[in-house]
Amino acid sequence: MQALTNRSQVVSKKEMTLIEKMYLPAIFSGMWITFTHLFKKSATIKYPEQTREFSGIYRGQHVLKRDEKGAERCTACGLCAVACPAEAITMTSAERKPGEEHLYREEKYAATYEINMLRCIFCGDCEEACPKEAIFLTDRKVESFYTRKEFIYGKSILVEDKNNPIDLTKRQTPDVKGFKLDKNYAHNQTFDKNKKAKVAGHH
Amino acid sequence: MGLEFLIYKAILVLIVFSITLLVATYSTYAERKIAAFLQDRIGPDRAGPFGILQPLADAVKMFMKEEMIPSVSNKALFIIGPGLCMLTACMTGVIIPWGKSINIGGTDYPMQIADVNIGILYLFGVLSIGVYGIMIGGWASNNKYSLLGAIRASSQMISYEVAMGISIIALVMVTGTLSTGEIAEQQHGWHWNVLVQPLGCLIFVICAFAETNRAPFDLPECETELVGGYHTEYSSMKLGLFLFAEYINMFVSSAVISTFYFGGYNMPLIGRWVHDPNWLAILGFVFLFMKIVGFIFFFMWVRWTLPRFRYDQLMNLGWKILIPLSILNLVLTGSWMMRHEIMAYFAK
Repeated sequence: MQALTNRSQVVSKKEMTLIEKMYLPAIFSGMWITFTHLFKKSATIKYPEQTREFSGIYRGQHVLKRDEKGAERCTACGLCAVACPAEAITMTSAERKPGEEHLYREEKYAATYEINMLRCIFCGDCEEACPKEAIFLTDRKVESFYTRKEFIYGKSILVEDKNNPIDLTKRQTPDVKGFKLDKNYAHNQTFDKNKKAKVAGHH
Repeated sequence: MGLEFLIYKAILVLIVFSITLLVATYSTYAERKIAAFLQDRIGPDRAGPFGILQPLADAVKMFMKEEMIPSVSNKALFIIGPGLCMLTACMTGVIIPWGKSINIGGTDYPMQIADVNIGILYLFGVLSIGVYGIMIGGWASNNKYSLLGAIRASSQMISYEVAMGISIIALVMVTGTLSTGEIAEQQHGWHWNVLVQPLGCLIFVICAFAETNRAPFDLPECETELVGGYHTEYSSMKLGLFLFAEYINMFVSSAVISTFYFGGYNMPLIGRWVHDPNWLAILGFVFLFMKIVGFIFFFMWVRWTLPRFRYDQLMNLGWKILIPLSILNLVLTGSWMMRHEIMAYFAK
């Protein structure tokens, strides 16, 4: 039979030589190997004190962004909840009343917005689905708690602090932004029954 | 035999007992640390600086755990099992000569609890009782895994005690005594028995691994096949005693190996610089202790290097390799000792 790769090796079942039968040389060489490991650098990261360096696009705890004026960007369209494969996101919408323009960017907003962090698999699909650039994953870790209830994050945790906005420049690069706003992509084309949405093409 | 003698012996027993327990306690810590270092990890480091209080935390945990005795077990034997295990483990330390005599005010105080003239025989007797604790505990649990573990322990003990005994007979032939104190004394300077009996030493060390149920001979408690082996049903401090007895056995085995084959409390060349006999005795104890620590490290090093034997491999090694080898060693030793007579016979 023709070999598919050059890596395959024929199994040999040859008789062991006398030295091999004594096992001691093999045992000593094995013990030497473990002994050298005594002096090797340990791979442990002492977690609470030390943390591993995160990549710029690490997908951790979500944030609900505000716009430049400090109004919430989320319009409670529910696309993130639809996109979520783990069904972790739930929300209820409400209509913006006059005088609330500084709080909510558009006429509709999320009255409640909850992510169950125990269900969330941090895939980032919500972020990709969001047409308003409202939800993003960040490089923050989700804390640990003692009860399941505490893992359901509401708006009080998810919406970013007005005075302390979360930096997303590493995650939302111009390329990503361009991808999101590019009219050639299906996700940015208005729904039209007669016109078939173009399949995502090349730039 | 006055009162003073009894008090002295009682104090000595107390000291040896507490040292044994202390070393066994910190062996658990050392085991975890060495395992970690050999696997490029850090190991326990949360309880105290470098995790030095970890054994204490473990002990507290063991005491606080819920005590479970299976309703179908034989309760008396279930309780006797770990007790017996612990008792025999502590008993073996009696015949170890920890150092030369210390002379205080003209009286010699030997650093050996009992220098019985049949020390080796005593050691073997106690060692063979040691397996009873495991056997009784495993059988009384009324659990198939426990029973299998107990059966394995006893058959392993029987198989390896033969080879161990024969290798010791060769040692006794060379030294001409059964007293451990005398064996240690004979090995002053470079007269270590390992140089005279290298093969016997190797067999003895291998058998010591098997007798203490340490990897690669830890079949009685192999968790991959038998859940926990003989201590499957045990919990709380009874389990703790079983595990603890293993570490005491390891400590005593290290002491016995050092005493029989590696010079005991003797250190070559030390006589050149230290002349005071009392200081020599104390230094002797330190040297013996260093050797013991070295062997304990060796025990752990082997455990974290070699995988466990299969049961048939264990039996093959014991009956087909170690026993013939030890008999060969016995014959060679005897021939060497009788070489003049044999030469004279053939020269005739």
